[in-house]
Amino acid sequence: MSLSIDDVKKVARLARLAVTEQEAQTAHAQLSGIFGLIGEMRAVDTAAIEPMSHAQDVVQRLREDRVTEHDQRELFQSVAPQVENGLYLVPQVIE
Amino acid sequence: MINASLKQLSAQLAAKKISSVELTQLYLDRIAALNPDLNAYITVNPELSLAQAREADARIAAGKAEALTGIPIAQKDIFCAKGWLTTCGSKMLHNFVSPYDAHVIGQFNNAGAVNLGKTNMDEFAMGSSNETSYYGPVKNPWDKTRVPGGSSGGTAAAVAARLCAAATGTDTGGSIRQPAALCGVSGLKPTYGVCSRYGMIAFASSLDQAGPMAKSAEDLALLLNVMAGFDERDSTSLQREREDYARDLAKPLNGLRIGLPKEFFAEGLGNDVGLAVQAAITEYKKLGATVVDISLPNSRLSVPVYYVLAPAEASSNLSRFDGVRYGYRAPEYVDLADLYEKSRAQGFGTEVKRRILIGTYVLSHGYYDAYYIKAQKIRRLIAQDFSNAFKQCDIIMGPTSPSTAFKLGEKGDDPVQMYLSDIYTIAVNLAGLPGMSIPCGFGENAMPVGLQIIGNYFDEARMLNAAHQYQLATDWHSRAPQGL
Amino acid sequence: MTWEIVIGLEVHAQLSTSSKIFCGASTAFGAEPNTQADAVSLALPGVLPVLNKGAVERAIRFGLATGAYIAPRSVFARKNYFYPDLPKGYQISQFDLPVVGNGQLVIQVPAQGNSPAYEKTVCLTRAHLEEDAGKSLHEDFHGMTGIDLNRAGTPLLEIVSEPDMRSAAEAVAYAKTLHSLVRWIGICDGNMQEGSFRCDANVSVHKSGTPFGTRREIKNLNSFRFLEQAINYEARWQIETLESGGTIRQATVLFDPDKGETRMMRTKEEAHDYRYFPDPDLLPLEISEEWKERVRATLPELPQARQARYVSELGLSVYDAGILTASREMADFFEAALNEAPGHAKMCANWLIGEISAQLNRDGLDIAQCPITPQQLGGMLKRIADNTISNSGAKEVFRTIWTEGGEADAIIEAKGLKQVSDSGAIEVLVDEIIAANADKVAEYRSGKDKLFGFFVGLAMKASKGKANPAQLNEILKRKLAG
Repeated sequence: MSLSIDDVKKVARLARLAVTEQEAQTAHAQLSGIFGLIGEMRAVDTAAIEPMSHAQDVVQRLREDRVTEHDQRELFQSVAPQVENGLYLVPQVIE
Repeated sequence: MINASLKQLSAQLAAKKISSVELTQLYLDRIAALNPDLNAYITVNPELSLAQAREADARIAAGKAEALTGIPIAQKDIFCAKGWLTTCGSKMLHNFVSPYDAHVIGQFNNAGAVNLGKTNMDEFAMGSSNETSYYGPVKNPWDKTRVPGGSSGGTAAAVAARLCAAATGTDTGGSIRQPAALCGVSGLKPTYGVCSRYGMIAFASSLDQAGPMAKSAEDLALLLNVMAGFDERDSTSLQREREDYARDLAKPLNGLRIGLPKEFFAEGLGNDVGLAVQAAITEYKKLGATVVDISLPNSRLSVPVYYVLAPAEASSNLSRFDGVRYGYRAPEYVDLADLYEKSRAQGFGTEVKRRILIGTYVLSHGYYDAYYIKAQKIRRLIAQDFSNAFKQCDIIMGPTSPSTAFKLGEKGDDPVQMYLSDIYTIAVNLAGLPGMSIPCGFGENAMPVGLQIIGNYFDEARMLNAAHQYQLATDWHSRAPQGL
Repeated sequence: MTWEIVIGLEVHAQLSTSSKIFCGASTAFGAEPNTQADAVSLALPGVLPVLNKGAVERAIRFGLATGAYIAPRSVFARKNYFYPDLPKGYQISQFDLPVVGNGQLVIQVPAQGNSPAYEKTVCLTRAHLEEDAGKSLHEDFHGMTGIDLNRAGTPLLEIVSEPDMRSAAEAVAYAKTLHSLVRWIGICDGNMQEGSFRCDANVSVHKSGTPFGTRREIKNLNSFRFLEQAINYEARWQIETLESGGTIRQATVLFDPDKGETRMMRTKEEAHDYRYFPDPDLLPLEISEEWKERVRATLPELPQARQARYVSELGLSVYDAGILTASREMADFFEAALNEAPGHAKMCANWLIGEISAQLNRDGLDIAQCPITPQQLGGMLKRIADNTISNSGAKEVFRTIWTEGGEADAIIEAKGLKQVSDSGAIEVLVDEIIAANADKVAEYRSGKDKLFGFFVGLAMKASKGKANPAQLNEILKRKLAG
């Protein structure tokens, strides 16, 4: 499974990262090296192995359905790039 | 004073030989003098620190001091601390003053510790040399042309240069242990789930774990006593009885079975590092321990597995940085997609973007099974290697890093070489086990070497015991770089 | 061969918890923007999700109510995409291991034109827990969009049906039944204006006997009427497209209620690579047999069971029983009224389905807002049943209660509506009429039966409408016979 420059551009688009042609080229060369390393996994027979998502074999703890948070809008919006009337502003969204 | 242990500092504070304000000021002065060169801190805020110190003095005067009350602790800039600039080493968060405290920060605050400042780190903890920080590389106090390791490089350098009494780090693939090794300090990554991840900016959620970095194992135990603890806001935080991690420090090591994984002493290990580690093992035998040869056959795959799983989780964890609610927003954009793409392209550095690309790719349609699921399966094999090994031994030892600190810029163009510098530490995160690194000598160019100690789940007290007994018998941990 | 329409629905039911699915922020509707967006809702750096027990419990209720499989172990996954109303850049949802699987719902499809009403079973593929997104407000902020994240993190149960429906009418019947059920079992308030119950419809067309066609998904239909209009428009459009030689491409479309049309969303194709993977911040959700049984014990009698009971125990028709169990409020109203007037189920049903429903309709009210209480209705039914009032008297009582309130007995008393059931008094009255109308009596006796109504009218008038009609008929018949 080799990675093409187009793959790099497609993935960058999915990840919402603007890349120049030059950056795509560099990334492509480096990613190919990394995927060479990752490719070592292929040699292992894992047919009967369960995937491991968590370090501990524990189950989800549940919280009681209670409101514990209060309004901190002013504090939270003090670090926002652009707000108006309590709303976060972004360029117009068209569906 | 700057070489004193936490216990000694606490005694001095209690005896009113020094106040917390004086102690804090002493460190702030050292930082003012030395940090411009070392770059170990991203943010110091004397006003906030001294305010906490004054509160600590009042608490000490009121007779309500705890072990760390009044002691200046540096915090890795990955921990959200209310009112503090919290950058995670990234331009993306260059203006993010956290509106809340991480659980770990809250624990230190409750204990009356003083937040001395926020330490430099690889951007979003992605790096092994501290060179990916937006705020510039940290220099290794032992040789300023060399890296301190990463990602907790600022913390390691600050401890080594005595720019704090102790500090925190986080470890996703070796980010506490490797810089501890490269800077000649002690560092501990606890069992996954022992310290809450709440408020610790996520890199790879299933691997990230906070831990202490300090001058000695004894100090680590006192710090872990404060940092550890159940937190209901983190689903992966473990509900366990509180324990005193210092309880076993004084135990003799007679009969301790040390496992030496043959894979950790094979090709790729620097000669100087190997010699120092072997000497440490010899010392352990003198202290009454026995040695068993073990094997971790799948550990060689830990780097490839890690470079699938960690970027996959990271690519998703870092999606929230979009220039909408906080953090960096590109100054110019034509529409929403442009806002996202430019803010993220400009706000993230090269290494972070590289890992986002890797992670996005391995999760994308058509590759998920071949990469992500495959890596999770091998992750299980790696974890099973350890559980098999712990049937034969109580503790595992080996090198922390294959080499001592390398030169700044030396591995800059070759991510694969950089990634391989974590070859001995990553497997521990994949398994979720506790691991630590303590100084065990010096290698080429008189640079420190770290001994890695890996314990079974929740065996931190035993590891600290082993480290402390070694530190009673040797003085590598109390060596400090000259000229600072 | 004719075209067949194939429809599957995905319904997002907002679960009626007080706090959000992964944090303790309030879910109350209508708050000032972003005042219920806490650190977790905003996806501040470093925050983490913890699952709300109330949301899981509601999913279990739904699974039990639809006879579904409730997974002893299910997993939360991240669905990754960028959108400003999605603060984390991913939605926490469930992917390959949902909490509920394989249920079913029996629906009553009403009669239409010449085709009679019928019953149909729709299979449910799955139902999974996930978080809602925030809202984008498009009113002009200098050409920008405002983002309100109060709703972000509100718990949703996404209920996915099999493509079992074959007409817009079936889809609407399914949606209504589901809407009624989620309210019945108390997991969702069903408020469609506030977006608590939203439908997406997957629509395709094909010729019977051939494989299913390519489907298009109509997003965010928030009324049953729009659901019906959108499906009909979409199906017609697909058929016309195919008949004119075109092809259908898989797409997501929006319904424009003003134009009555569907149109493509401006979403890029690649945006559909959601890169699902298990959320490492959350552990597997386990639901024990014991928890399931505890929840089962708190479930009310379900609509289908009640409907069957009304038929078998109360002798109602399937149709009437179906209407009475269309909502829990209606069924509870019915039972409370019946409790006041035991043994008169049919009469009670007739009043509810007839007069009361008509009045409610006229006044634009639903049963929960009915000005008459079940006790008031029952009080009146009792008086109809024991012949205290006639039907016309009952209508008067009903109107009075509706507009002015009060109890039936007091109204009957005050308005003198009590009907005369004293047979002696009626006989006197009838005798007088016979005596005063000898010619008409003769005509009647000679075979002019139709005159009977004339005598009834006279007698009623003479009694000021209060004579018990059955008694009056009986006495008149006897006396006229001579």
